[in-house]
Amino acid sequence: MQAFTDLFTELDKTTGTHRKLAALTAYLRQAPPADAAWAVYFLMGRRPRRAVKSRTLAQWAAEEAEIPGWLFEACYHNVGDLAETIALLLPPSTASTQAPLHIWIEERLLKLAALDEPTQKEIMLSAWQHMDTTQRLVWNKLITGGFRIGVSQRLMTRALASVSGTEPALIAHRLMGEWTPSPDFYHALIARKDSAGAHSRPYPFFLAHPITQPLEILGDPQEWLAEWKWDGIRAQLIKRNAQVFIWSRGEEMVTAAFPELTAAAHFLPDGCVLDGEIVAWRESEPLGFGVLQRRLGRKRADTRIMEAAPVVLMAYDLLEYAGTDIRQKSLEKRRDLLEGIATAVAAHPIRLSPLVPAVNWEALNAAMRDARARGVEGLILKRRCSAYQAGRRRGDWWKWKVDPYRIDAVLIYAQPGHGRRSGLYTDYTFAVWQDGVLVPIAKAYSGLTDEEIRQVDRFVRANTVERYGPVRAVKAELVFELAFEGIQRSTRHKSGIAVRFPRIARWRKDKTPQTADTLETIKQLSD
Amino acid sequence: MIIILFIRKPVASRSIVETSKSEHYRGERFPVHRNFSEAGSIGGRHSMSTSDGPLIEIRPAGLYCPAGDFYVDPIEAVPYAVISHGHADHARPGHQHYLASSLCAPILKARLGTAIDVQSLAYGEPVLRNGVRLSLHPAGHILGSAQVRIEHAGRVWVVTGDFKQHADPTCLPFEPVRCHGLIMESTFGLPVFRWPAPGQVLNQINQWWAHNRREQQPSLLFAYSLGKAQRILSGIEAIGPIYLHGAVAAVNQVYARAGIVLPAALPVGAKSEPHEFSGALIVAPPIADHSVWTRRFKKAERAYASGWMQIRGNRRRRSLDRGFVLSDHADWDGLLAAVSASQAEEVWVTHGFDSELVRYLNERGCRAKTFTLPYPGETDED
Ligand SMILES: [Zn+2]
Repeated sequence: MQAFTDLFTELDKTTGTHRKLAALTAYLRQAPPADAAWAVYFLMGRRPRRAVKSRTLAQWAAEEAEIPGWLFEACYHNVGDLAETIALLLPPSTASTQAPLHIWIEERLLKLAALDEPTQKEIMLSAWQHMDTTQRLVWNKLITGGFRIGVSQRLMTRALASVSGTEPALIAHRLMGEWTPSPDFYHALIARKDSAGAHSRPYPFFLAHPITQPLEILGDPQEWLAEWKWDGIRAQLIKRNAQVFIWSRGEEMVTAAFPELTAAAHFLPDGCVLDGEIVAWRESEPLGFGVLQRRLGRKRADTRIMEAAPVVLMAYDLLEYAGTDIRQKSLEKRRDLLEGIATAVAAHPIRLSPLVPAVNWEALNAAMRDARARGVEGLILKRRCSAYQAGRRRGDWWKWKVDPYRIDAVLIYAQPGHGRRSGLYTDYTFAVWQDGVLVPIAKAYSGLTDEEIRQVDRFVRANTVERYGPVRAVKAELVFELAFEGIQRSTRHKSGIAVRFPRIARWRKDKTPQTADTLETIKQLSD
Repeated sequence: MIIILFIRKPVASRSIVETSKSEHYRGERFPVHRNFSEAGSIGGRHSMSTSDGPLIEIRPAGLYCPAGDFYVDPIEAVPYAVISHGHADHARPGHQHYLASSLCAPILKARLGTAIDVQSLAYGEPVLRNGVRLSLHPAGHILGSAQVRIEHAGRVWVVTGDFKQHADPTCLPFEPVRCHGLIMESTFGLPVFRWPAPGQVLNQINQWWAHNRREQQPSLLFAYSLGKAQRILSGIEAIGPIYLHGAVAAVNQVYARAGIVLPAALPVGAKSEPHEFSGALIVAPPIADHSVWTRRFKKAERAYASGWMQIRGNRRRRSLDRGFVLSDHADWDGLLAAVSASQAEEVWVTHGFDSELVRYLNERGCRAKTFTLPYPGETDED
């Protein structure tokens, strides 16, 4: 626990990537694998099911601090972080725990959820008594989640690579999907060679950067491939050992939601991974994202829903072929192999996403004018010689949207509306990521259906973490796509930018808060 | 929510000043002189205070004592101003006559010009004005900072000004004064503000500097130029060259003349080369952050010493490398201890988390209220 607390302090102290990396590697070098696995888990923003409600924690802490509840609230309001408020308020301690991180987590934290409230309280109070102020802060953060102190996936990957000498890409790959922190996991994570049992794991997605300048800046059109930007959900379809797995970009396994894709994958060769977009589709036309939404959030799809909302996978990349990772091959080569495979499944709901002919930039500009009528979001431009990288990198993949000013943002505050919708929480504040923290970016009121508004209202009431007068701060969980008409730099806003006329384009139930946009990406839209 | 009311263990109280009972106050030995002795200059201005009413009232120009016809830390220009300490929001220009502690007077002259008319008073030394007995007592905030004790017709009121109880080698420690009415600040009036031992914080500053020095980086430390900067300079170990922003250097001279020992330091010259600063400590007021002035310190580690650094968010918002929790104001325990030691029947609270502190005091049976003065508050000081 102390080593992890020191790591937290180091990470929290500095804004520099270099320092953060040094702190992470120093920690990983000395940490027992059981601790290291949990450190990776929490620092990557993952967390176990929340065992104790914020309100209950606050109450216990106020009792311990011997202050009235209203004063606790006033403190929380000023500090803005529950874990930190509690750590600052508890009576000073001279104790300090020597027990390792994984013991605290496995023997205490994970057991909390199954216990009754008095026993939970006993454990929490005893934990606080055994810890100093910073350990308490870290412990509280383990309980409340939100362990985001500017450690990106890439940074963690670099640190793990540097302590193990293993390829960063391999580690990034192993961090995808579902895993349970344990010494075995940690050993496998940093091992030079892949072990068995990893066959369901997707690759980190390579994401396109928005382009807002004329295409001419990309140089010679002959160096580029153009595809339609489909309005669906990004997915990897994996077939290994005759088993099929489908992962969404939110790192959620969605195999069961799309049985028709699993069925079609029978025609694929074993040991292949396709990257593409799942799109609601009938005959020769996309049906729009609204129809696809109906397929999401279901454990299983029945025939009725499959008929009402049919889907296809528009495959546009091949990451693994004949059991070999081919991400370092050029896009042109990968596309050749993909086309070969796609013919095997032609006419099934796994399709090859067609290229948009691009003899010159003018042709693409013309195609773009056609995009809305085709029901696509725009174009994706990919450099022919590009490798398949991890994350959002500039340079090789660009997205050119018909409506460029769209972002995915997380709901953080809600306030009741007026008139017809008074009493319902209809006025929202949305946030995006900056250095691991959600910063407010826009307020928006319109764009949801009545049914969606009722659902959000229920969510707000059940997930309030704090109240400021009529405004409720909610758990960062729901992701919405916002559309707006422009971006301006602004010194009045905390985020440094102001968006013009924001509205809610749609509720992205397929996305987790971690996949929401970053402030940096949004700033680039205004460049 | 279960509510348990409790005062944290109060700061060990030193002997409490009870001058009103001691008959041989020095006021009789020292001829009361100059402005503040000219009894009844506006004469006959009768106080609205009854024998047990407040000795202070709130006027647009600030806190006013009707019986004695003077203001304490007035906001607007007035004929008679008693000044608690030299910070800009307490010591304003334009008054006809100033009264301040003898350690504060040079600070006032340095800040407001030597032409001002200042009467200085030793701590504990009383003066009479219109039958009001006035004395100044150490507030522990900065050099020369004072609580203003006002006694009239058997009633005692105290205006604390800014104060703190934590150790500070550059000023005399806070001296609790018993009174009927206490007027106090509440800059850090929430229980999340509890200060670590200053010695521990100074150690952290030293370690930070030593680390940066090994990395050959400049250590740029922001600290309020009057008080905080000198408190730090007098407490750290000079392990390398120290450079000062002009504002800090100017105050250092005043402190040095008052006998405060400060380490040797160099001014940041207009022609200084960036390499001169590698491994050095540079002390500058917070207002210099993000200014052209700071750009010369290439690859500097930036830190801020302030009570606000207790909250991680405050540090992150300024995107500082480090925040050191060092305040010249009382923390929550200190505020409660001051109230308790004063034994005041009535407490007026302003500036900061006044409504929270007042509600807490009221719930514990202490008669307290908030009041607002139209000053902007010390935004930069702590
Ligand atoms: Zn002050």
